[in-house]
Amino acid sequence: MFLILVFSINSISLNTLKKFFMKKIFTIAFLICVIYMNHSLAQNEKECFEKVSRGIFNFNQGLDKALLGPIARGYNKLPTPVKNGTSNFTSNIGTLLSIPNQLLQGNLKGAGDAVGSFMINSTVGVLGLMDVASGLGVKDTKEDVSQTLGVYGISHGCYFVLPVLGPTTLRDSAAMLADTFVDPFATMTWRKKEVLNTVGKQRDYVGVKAAGVVDFRGRNDKNFKSLEKNSIDLYSATKSLYLQNKKKKIKNSNETQEDDWGDLEQ
Amino acid sequence: MKKIIFLALFSLIVSLNTSYSYNSDPKTFIDELVNDALKILADKSITQEDKKNRIEIIAKDNVDIKGIGLYTLGSARKNLSQETLNDFNSVFEVYFLKNLTARLSDYSSQKFETLEAEQKSALYTIVKSRISGGKDIPEIIIDWRIYTKNPEKPLIRDLIVEGLSLARTQREEFNSILISNNNDIYLLIEKLKEFNTN
Repeated sequence: MFLILVFSINSISLNTLKKFFMKKIFTIAFLICVIYMNHSLAQNEKECFEKVSRGIFNFNQGLDKALLGPIARGYNKLPTPVKNGTSNFTSNIGTLLSIPNQLLQGNLKGAGDAVGSFMINSTVGVLGLMDVASGLGVKDTKEDVSQTLGVYGISHGCYFVLPVLGPTTLRDSAAMLADTFVDPFATMTWRKKEVLNTVGKQRDYVGVKAAGVVDFRGRNDKNFKSLEKNSIDLYSATKSLYLQNKKKKIKNSNETQEDDWGDLEQ
Repeated sequence: MKKIIFLALFSLIVSLNTSYSYNSDPKTFIDELVNDALKILADKSITQEDKKNRIEIIAKDNVDIKGIGLYTLGSARKNLSQETLNDFNSVFEVYFLKNLTARLSDYSSQKFETLEAEQKSALYTIVKSRISGGKDIPEIIIDWRIYTKNPEKPLIRDLIVEGLSLARTQREEFNSILISNNNDIYLLIEKLKEFNTN
């Protein structure tokens, strides 16, 4: 028995064992996070460590002023077809993450729309540079793991700010990591695993994500400036908008949420 | 005599031009009001200062600024004296109008249309609207929370841009300032005054 065990251990490469344990560790860590978040249902809108988050937020603001903002404004000067092409291309790749998440949420129509949108835009839409699918009424509502967990009723837990990546919560940060396991594009590029006989490079993943960030920042430049100009506490305004936006995405609706004006009569 | 009649007519025209009254049906109310505001903002024959003044007149008459101010204070308002509330309200009104004119000017060149109205309760109706931009500007959906306690005089209480409530954002911003300063409302008032003078 011992000999069989030694033999089988020898036949498994050290790398495979490492990967096996890494996966286990990740799964356990993820589950711990999820369980903790369930316990913190009553802790909604609470901060994990506000002072540190405010410091990181200021650092991110500095980074935005020095780097991302100027890049985004440069990007905004590009011809409209280039910007639309970039936006459509990154959005089309983002659709790949929606497919498993729509299925995990039990939304078969949503999954069908996501597959349809990806197929149409990748072929007729020339590798996703054009959004032909939306014109045909096939529209993907972007879904990720944090939205899936939200649909399962898991609370977002406490709020904090990550360096460079920005606002997040316990649930959303764990989900962001899980996205890289669920997303077929991340699997074939960042994790270098074959998906439909295709393998990419890590720089492809980084490139697409960076282009998506610049496109988002560029398109919202006016909104960011307006928010900064008109806020007396930009950190809190950003937090509020982040949490409201996440709720909206989980509900897939622009509907006004809770009516908390109730007792305010004149 | 001719001069007097002319002056009387002139002052009547001026007063008609500077007072804005709208339909009491929430959807038509928003439609008329926003199109009026956009026309003012797009009018190249009037100065920026004049535009600002006219927008303020519309806002003071049709937005429940006092109600929004109280809402942004959250539960903190219940522990305040009337005098303190009055201090806050007067500073908040200036803050709100400054903020509003700054934000509205961003949308001056866009097309606005109301889509539908949904009565949520006897007190509130939500009017859905859409602002369409040019080729570079994405379409924006804006919901207007209309306070209809007096059905003859609807008032705007909130703008929900793409599902994000501006009043709620403001409330959470103020709440954070209050919490980190032992609920000292005068510190918030000072911050607002500082904003208003900058």
